[in-house]
Amino acid sequence: MSLQPTADQRDLRAAVAAFLTSHCGEAAVRKAEPLGVDTALWARCSGMGLPGLTVAVEQGGGGAGFVEAAIAAELMGRHLAPVPFVEVTSAVSVLAEFAAVTAAGEALRSTLAGDLVPTVCLHPVTAGTAPIVPAGAVADVVIALRDDQLVLARTAPGVRGEALVPNLGAMPLARWDLAGADTVVLASGAQAHSAFARLRGRWQALTAVALVGLGLRAIEIALEYIRQRKAFGTPIATFQTVQHRLADDATALEGGRLLAYEAAWAQTADPDRADVLGASAFLFASEAAIRTTDACLHFHGGYGFTLEYAIQLYFRRARAWSQVFGDRRTEYVRLARLLFDDDRRGAHGLS
Amino acid sequence: MDFRDQHVDPTVRDRARAWAERHVPPEWAARERATGTHHTPELHRLLIDEGILGAAWPAEYGGSDVDPAFSRAVFDELNRRGLATGAWGSTGMVCRTILEVGTEQQKRTYVAAALRGEVLIALGYTEPESGSDVASARTRAVPDGDGWVINGQKMFTSTVEACTHVFLLTRTNPDVPKHKGLTLFMVPTDDPGFDLRPIHTLGGQRTNATFYTDVRVDDAARVGAVDGGWAVMHVALVYERGAASRSSKELTLARELAAWAADTRRPDGSRVLDDPHVAERIARMAIDEEVARLITFSLRDKVERGELPRATSSMRKLFATTAAQRHYADAMDILGAEGLLSTGAPGSPADGRFEHGYRAEVVTTIHGGSSEMQREIIAEQHLGLPRGRPRG
Repeated sequence: MSLQPTADQRDLRAAVAAFLTSHCGEAAVRKAEPLGVDTALWARCSGMGLPGLTVAVEQGGGGAGFVEAAIAAELMGRHLAPVPFVEVTSAVSVLAEFAAVTAAGEALRSTLAGDLVPTVCLHPVTAGTAPIVPAGAVADVVIALRDDQLVLARTAPGVRGEALVPNLGAMPLARWDLAGADTVVLASGAQAHSAFARLRGRWQALTAVALVGLGLRAIEIALEYIRQRKAFGTPIATFQTVQHRLADDATALEGGRLLAYEAAWAQTADPDRADVLGASAFLFASEAAIRTTDACLHFHGGYGFTLEYAIQLYFRRARAWSQVFGDRRTEYVRLARLLFDDDRRGAHGLS
Repeated sequence: MDFRDQHVDPTVRDRARAWAERHVPPEWAARERATGTHHTPELHRLLIDEGILGAAWPAEYGGSDVDPAFSRAVFDELNRRGLATGAWGSTGMVCRTILEVGTEQQKRTYVAAALRGEVLIALGYTEPESGSDVASARTRAVPDGDGWVINGQKMFTSTVEACTHVFLLTRTNPDVPKHKGLTLFMVPTDDPGFDLRPIHTLGGQRTNATFYTDVRVDDAARVGAVDGGWAVMHVALVYERGAASRSSKELTLARELAAWAADTRRPDGSRVLDDPHVAERIARMAIDEEVARLITFSLRDKVERGELPRATSSMRKLFATTAAQRHYADAMDILGAEGLLSTGAPGSPADGRFEHGYRAEVVTTIHGGSSEMQREIIAEQHLGLPRGRPRG
């Protein structure tokens, strides 16, 4: 039992932080809008082995766990990195699981080689169309749960989903028509549903940690601003209202960070709680990041409303990265069922 | 990073539950409720004899080899049964502080004696005119031969009616800035100059005003340096904010409320838990409770590595107490009109447990430093912001 990172985890954090500091500054983030993807940056990520971080060494990956993926995702969130790291990491873990299926094995190898971008459809698909797929506008393949089957969908070479750009978060969203795509079944029935739950839990855990990274950086940006901005003859950093709101947000993000790392840890170490913790972390971090960026933008006064200041980049993404999953209320109700439904009570609980 | 052992192991919880079932008669909780005194001497003796109280305390001062996780689970279970162990709570905070800043003789006189059940300690910081601004205490201690004479008044000296000592914050130098003239003493409550007056509270707990008239203590009763009390308070307040907790500090309202909502039907026959508005609120509670537990876990992790995590202890207290108040308010809403019924009223849900909690939880954002004080500490210590109010 320890919350201390291992030496390897500290090294990974330092390496990814140095990489993003050199290659993913605010200018790169702005330049990647409106699509929200910097292909050169993603190629460098592939070169560092980030897409295969959680894949076993025998399968050509980095052999790390989801805590390591979370370390990278937190830094990606902090830098607003315009790369599909969360989606690819979630998808690739399922490709690795079903690598015995030829199409999945091939997709896995191509992803690790940096030649393919896989992504995930976050909700079961009923009508054949995946309405909003994160990273769908740059993905070559999509993993989806369709009619009790987990499928890997590919379009013809060079053809992708219909890009849904521009959008609030400068995200590479797309609509995918699975009925017209070439689909391979990875799993059916209960096996498909449990694999889909893992996929969703991983996406939620990594999105949570990215939102925490984003929120923590937004606080730093606000701190820099309020220390130098004066009103009524004094820095606004001395105002109690400003301080107390930031203290609440910093506390929520500290708690959200612990919960998001626990959720990431559970994805491999505690599979029974992976779904519950993924959903919990996602919901908590979403609200903490949305509230924090909203407050931090407002501390900038009128300047926060201009496109010139960086805080608006954080404000838009905090909501977008969360809301791409849909209405949180539905997810709260699903979580309550997971936690408290009579026939399952105790089996999946938080404690 | 490893989150493995932070959860209360269900088998440990079951053992704690079985222990309480065997040893704890319901009359004890009824007596604490009737008197408002959060201390049951028979229970205290039992916890000492069974080694549960001494778990996680150093063996040289009488600590036991009972598994600390089991001990925490027992205190959780006692709390669930309406036994607050408040006198041991304050005693533990002071003893942890003495282990850190006290003399070897004080460790034997107070800590070892406390673990034998001979000493119980109440906190004497707050005064009629100073609460959160604790450093402005006016109770005076003046040197007298080889000892000290103390005069003054304290407020909210909780459970002192059961205690042998008060850990008393005094002013030893009125001519320097207020933080620099404070000293702490262990004051025996059997001194003829000590007196108390009970005060009854919204949460049902009895607390006290305490009076000190020419109380004489030896210099050996002084904890920390003369005029060095503020440094001692830094340590003591971190322990008060959760670092010295005897229980796991787990919040478990979500589970209790979900059990009630799963077993209760609305007039139209639908299960309360199936109402999405109820389900959403209980899910939010469950998430908050997990977050509170994780911050507590992280606080304990830091304390065990020898840090004095002021900002983390403030974050824990701020988050856990404000969340719990929100949760009791939500619980009252969910229970509807029947939620108003107190313990003993016919048909009160969970025998008034939620209604009582709604009242009792109010104090948690006041004692140990108000939420505003916690936010100020987080702003200064964690965010590095300048002091907002006048320095005094």
